[in-house]
Amino acid sequence: MTTITQPRPATGKNAPPAHGATLFNRLCAVCLTLFALMWLVPFFWAIATSLRSDASITQKPTSPFAGGWSLNAYSYAWNTYPIGTWYLNSLVISVLAVIFTVAFCSMAGFALAFLRYRGRTAVLALVAAGLMLPSEALVLPQFIEYRSLHLLGTFWALVLPSIAAPISVFVFRSFFAGIPVALIEAARIDGAGWWRIYARVCMPLCRPALSTVAILTFITTWNSFLWPLLVLSQTKSQTVPVGLASLLSNTNIQYAEVMASSVLGFLPLIAVFLVFQRQIVQGVTTTGIK
Amino acid sequence: MTTVAATRPAPTARTGTHTAGRPHRSERRAGALLTAPFFVIYLVFLIGPLLVGVVLSFFNTTTVKDGLGEFVGLSNYSEVIGDPQFWDAMWHSVLFTLLTTPPLVILAMAAAILASRVRRGRVFYRLAFFAPYVVPSSIVALIFLWMYTPQIGLIPKIFGAVGLPVPDFIGSTSGGWTAVTLMTLWWTFGFNFVLYTAAIQDVPSDVYEAAAIDGAGPWQQIRHITVPMLGRTTSLVLILQILASLKVFDQIYLLLGGGPDQSTRPVIEYIYDTGFTSYRGGYGAAATMVYFVVIVVISAAWYGLRRRRATRTAA
Repeated sequence: MTTITQPRPATGKNAPPAHGATLFNRLCAVCLTLFALMWLVPFFWAIATSLRSDASITQKPTSPFAGGWSLNAYSYAWNTYPIGTWYLNSLVISVLAVIFTVAFCSMAGFALAFLRYRGRTAVLALVAAGLMLPSEALVLPQFIEYRSLHLLGTFWALVLPSIAAPISVFVFRSFFAGIPVALIEAARIDGAGWWRIYARVCMPLCRPALSTVAILTFITTWNSFLWPLLVLSQTKSQTVPVGLASLLSNTNIQYAEVMASSVLGFLPLIAVFLVFQRQIVQGVTTTGIK
Repeated sequence: MTTVAATRPAPTARTGTHTAGRPHRSERRAGALLTAPFFVIYLVFLIGPLLVGVVLSFFNTTTVKDGLGEFVGLSNYSEVIGDPQFWDAMWHSVLFTLLTTPPLVILAMAAAILASRVRRGRVFYRLAFFAPYVVPSSIVALIFLWMYTPQIGLIPKIFGAVGLPVPDFIGSTSGGWTAVTLMTLWWTFGFNFVLYTAAIQDVPSDVYEAAAIDGAGPWQQIRHITVPMLGRTTSLVLILQILASLKVFDQIYLLLGGGPDQSTRPVIEYIYDTGFTSYRGGYGAAATMVYFVVIVVISAAWYGLRRRRATRTAA
């Protein structure tokens, strides 16, 4: 923490530098709080709009309490759009992606950290090179490859790219590298096989890496837009972001209904974020995923 | 897409120190078996599209039916290089990068420095700034499209109240850029803020104590200690931001559809259009490759520069 410390233990509160510093810090707090409140406005504006009626919105756009509040827009949105189905799709896809990514990438990370085998250096170099690969730029060839493999329209088409992300392997590998080798040797002497060492000794120790990879995989899979837009063409099989994008239109004047759908779209994510915020922020700072 | 750079020095792997001599057969087998599931998927689904793209760019493949089509040599490439629309799209991606990078880096740094001077309420700041980042782009676009609505939207009202001229956010090119920039700022600001906050926490507190004893005021401390110590982080944030901004698609596609009249269309949308509206897979693949090379050159240059600077400071 870099909060300013008292210059000298002897200096009282009235000493000029400390006093100036406190004032300065107060000013910082005020500025930042205003800034942060500004950042929350879109969320509150969306919620306030979703609770009003379209008529009062167009009449008095800037007074959020005019015309009274009701939940009508929510029941309308829920009944008109298959939001529940979209949710289910997003959930199944993201959970599958998390399970497979954690399993496969931790195995590879373990092997790269502890085991010596043929081709290890080559694998390491190739996977490291993949870190620089802007895979999102390659959607078109990716699409054609998936089509020739008959994967389009399936959930696997969305799960496979996230398993293939090299960053997860590196998160696991660097975490495993911090486990003392003596521990592994002791387990070897006790007669444990490599699989047992991986599953029973190392995996239980790497909960931080596991939660980082799991949460970030979940969020990126859930939020990805362009790829599911291309891959899942049926309305029934779409994910939340792609499904809700179909409500975007300049001419749509059902403001309350559209905002109600948006609120239904973001509230669960905000809830997840509130629960896991520490792990999410930690994950972002250690991996720099964007 | 993930762009990655370790923000902290990772512990070096101490592989192979535990058993001297040649690895045992069981170790080699376990290594291969444990790596295989990931590595096969990695080769097929991450390296695969790259190779497919290289091959396709030499054929006149269509996206509507299977098969490669005919070999056309370099003609896709010469057509891409000669297409002003491609370079327009390229310029729009660069313009978006120029518009979004400075505020996203400078404001994030400023906010993180402010946050470091405040003792309480850090969780609140983190929540407020980072929460938008976990919201999908289409929902962000829905909310902002509503806030940009002419006459009755919140943002035109605010612009009017402050006395600023209200641009046509969705219908005009300059208004469109303003709209997309503001939305992107709100959406991704928290990411850089969090990176900076973590870096500031790494500055040892005794440095500040020493400065305070020497009589440095808070402003001097910020100017002479915090900002210089953030140099490495700034270089990281900058490259992550540039690479992310060059890959822009969601915000412009969702909010403006690349319009009005394709005047804001970014490269990825150009590729999307050639591939999925004109069904020219081979041509789109050639455009992908040109764009791909630009991105790889930028990130390789950054890695090279960073390594050279690292060796210079080590020497």
